[in-house]
Amino acid sequence: MTSRDDILESIRASLPRVDRPLPHVPMFDEDPPASLLSAFKDSLERMGGIFLDPPASGDVLAPVRVKVASAKVVCSTVPEIAGNRDIATVSATQELADVDFAIVRASFAVAETGSVLLSETDLNINALAYLAQHLIVLLDPADIVVNLHHAYRRPEFRERHYASFHTGPSATADIEGVLIHGAQGVRSLSVLPIARIYQPQPTSPQEKKHD
Amino acid sequence: MTNSAEQLPGRAMLHPEMVAAEDNQAMYRDGHRLDHAEGASKPLRSRPEPQPRGAKIHGNRPIDQAEAAARFIASPEHEKMHDERLWDLRQKRDREMHHIPEWEQLRSLASAIKEHTLTHLDEYLDQFEAHARANGIHVHWARDAAEHNRIVHGILSDHSAKSLIKSKSMLTEECGFRHYMASVGIEVIETDLGERIQQLDKEDPSHVVVPAVHKLRTDVAKVFADTIGTDPENSDVHYLAEAQREATRPLILAADAGMTGGNFVVAETGTFVVCTNEGNADLSANVPKLHIASIGIEKIIPRLEHLAVFVRLLSRSALGSPMTQYTSHFRGPRAGGEMHVVLVDNGRSERLGLEEFWTSLKCIRCGACMNTCPVYRRSGGLSYGATYSGPIGLIIDPTFNARKYSNLPFASSLNGSCTNVCPVKINIHEQIYAWRRELVKRHDVPLVKKAAMKAAGELLSRPAAYRAAIASADVALAHLPRFVIYNGLNAWGKHREVPHPPKQTFHSWYKANRGGTQ
Repeated sequence: MTSRDDILESIRASLPRVDRPLPHVPMFDEDPPASLLSAFKDSLERMGGIFLDPPASGDVLAPVRVKVASAKVVCSTVPEIAGNRDIATVSATQELADVDFAIVRASFAVAETGSVLLSETDLNINALAYLAQHLIVLLDPADIVVNLHHAYRRPEFRERHYASFHTGPSATADIEGVLIHGAQGVRSLSVLPIARIYQPQPTSPQEKKHD
Repeated sequence: MTNSAEQLPGRAMLHPEMVAAEDNQAMYRDGHRLDHAEGASKPLRSRPEPQPRGAKIHGNRPIDQAEAAARFIASPEHEKMHDERLWDLRQKRDREMHHIPEWEQLRSLASAIKEHTLTHLDEYLDQFEAHARANGIHVHWARDAAEHNRIVHGILSDHSAKSLIKSKSMLTEECGFRHYMASVGIEVIETDLGERIQQLDKEDPSHVVVPAVHKLRTDVAKVFADTIGTDPENSDVHYLAEAQREATRPLILAADAGMTGGNFVVAETGTFVVCTNEGNADLSANVPKLHIASIGIEKIIPRLEHLAVFVRLLSRSALGSPMTQYTSHFRGPRAGGEMHVVLVDNGRSERLGLEEFWTSLKCIRCGACMNTCPVYRRSGGLSYGATYSGPIGLIIDPTFNARKYSNLPFASSLNGSCTNVCPVKINIHEQIYAWRRELVKRHDVPLVKKAAMKAAGELLSRPAAYRAAIASADVALAHLPRFVIYNGLNAWGKHREVPHPPKQTFHSWYKANRGGTQ
């Protein structure tokens, strides 16, 4: 008898003989914030993240350029801004160990918690978001959902192999409760609100195979 | 410095003398002090003092928790810092709770989802396995700790892996995994800061979420000076954390394999979810090509929509933080990588059959019951001499070894606070009491505790005598079991009076103010 069968048989022999129906989970969205973007900003800042206010006019990427100006190695996976480490040429994760700034775009964000979702599609190499010293995330304000109940309805969790909510930077307070950013992963996480350059086209059935 | 935070409701300090005079390293956003993750809501400062060690282990003999607790209490800096930090987490949890109008509804949902899943555990595990396999995950099953360790060793041997970076997992603690790996010559590197401190100090984690919470900064400075070469005179926390980051990063980059636990497992998608604040699980999972996740079979939930309920509750209950910094969903291996999940029973299926205790399997390991427990806060997690400490430990540990952990269910005042804060509504204090009865039945309880139980039984059966006893004991929480704990028959009562006894018991207040007859 395999361990699998053994365990399942042991479970069946032990199952409590009580009726416990699966409850319906509401969306808890009756009272949404007036602005999802400003609610997201507040939540992000509480979690130690940095919200980059885009300038009222001119170069909307200016706050990002300022951040990376003195960095040696910048790795970008977004078309909006170029880095000097081409992720397409990276063959082993360890080659990302010297990255100062990684720039990526979030699949979406959650206002309730200030989280951004990063998946393998956004990162190209997952380790980029953890080995870099600092992380800059572009976020389309149209991609913010109100809470986690809405977040878990998103298709990313059924399509991607890896999807991670980042809610602020790497943090610890394991020693006497003193808060430290950059325990093991990124020392800072900044989010710039900026619409996607390429708006996803409404997909017709024939086009779907190209997704 | 005057401590204005102390005056705010919900911010009361247990030990105001622990407030730091200055806090020039605190971080602010928009004028607010940041206290996310495990961050304390106010600056705390300790004075150096030798670290009290945990319970003395003598094979299978009953752990003397009270003895180890007495040594912890005899180290006031440790005791007060521990008490203060955990109480701060508890108060931050309350603050979060008040921000969420549906909090109680979420707790009820979480409890109901877990109870439903546990009563259909075989079906959901079957679903998970099918979906995970379809996504390219290798799924293994381990009946017990030994089989778990053998399976993981086998996977590592297949890849000629000699070093393993891992994130914190209580299950691997349960399995004695690091000891086993050391015996077969594989180097294990813990990557959570607190867990790494504990590994380097050859101690077990003392708390499920904050493993080194019982240590002072000076204790950590000593451990790091001895192991990673930091300046023994420098106990600056930023310096210590940075030194650890710098020392661990090369080990992460060079590791042959990575290992994580799993906080939740979703049957419908074959996903497992890992929550950390440091991002160390994501490094462990994403830097080496091989990722192994060890997960207890009770971690499963049916669908993604249920995950929302648990993720909303977990970090708020644990740390009073709205979310862990990283909540990562693994549904399949990355390109060029390999992913294994080891589903571990290790006594869980048997526990499922214990009528009074099966709901302990609902536990999501948030640690809220530990943070609120007056016994845990003042005795330190290592005093329990077991993988799981605090209230949840009292009801889980005896299922592993009823004799060795026979004293543990007595390390409680049965005040019920653990039950009140549990995000999945486990009736913890009732199960603690039920374990006392169970252990007496099994003759696994020392005589002195039996006498206390008998006295409790007699007192319980005579309400007037009980109220008289309570009034004379003059304790804050007028619960019988608390009085029983504080009587001379139980070593736990010594030196453990509640600091501010009320002028009246509830009953005498009620009699005076409501004026009714009994």
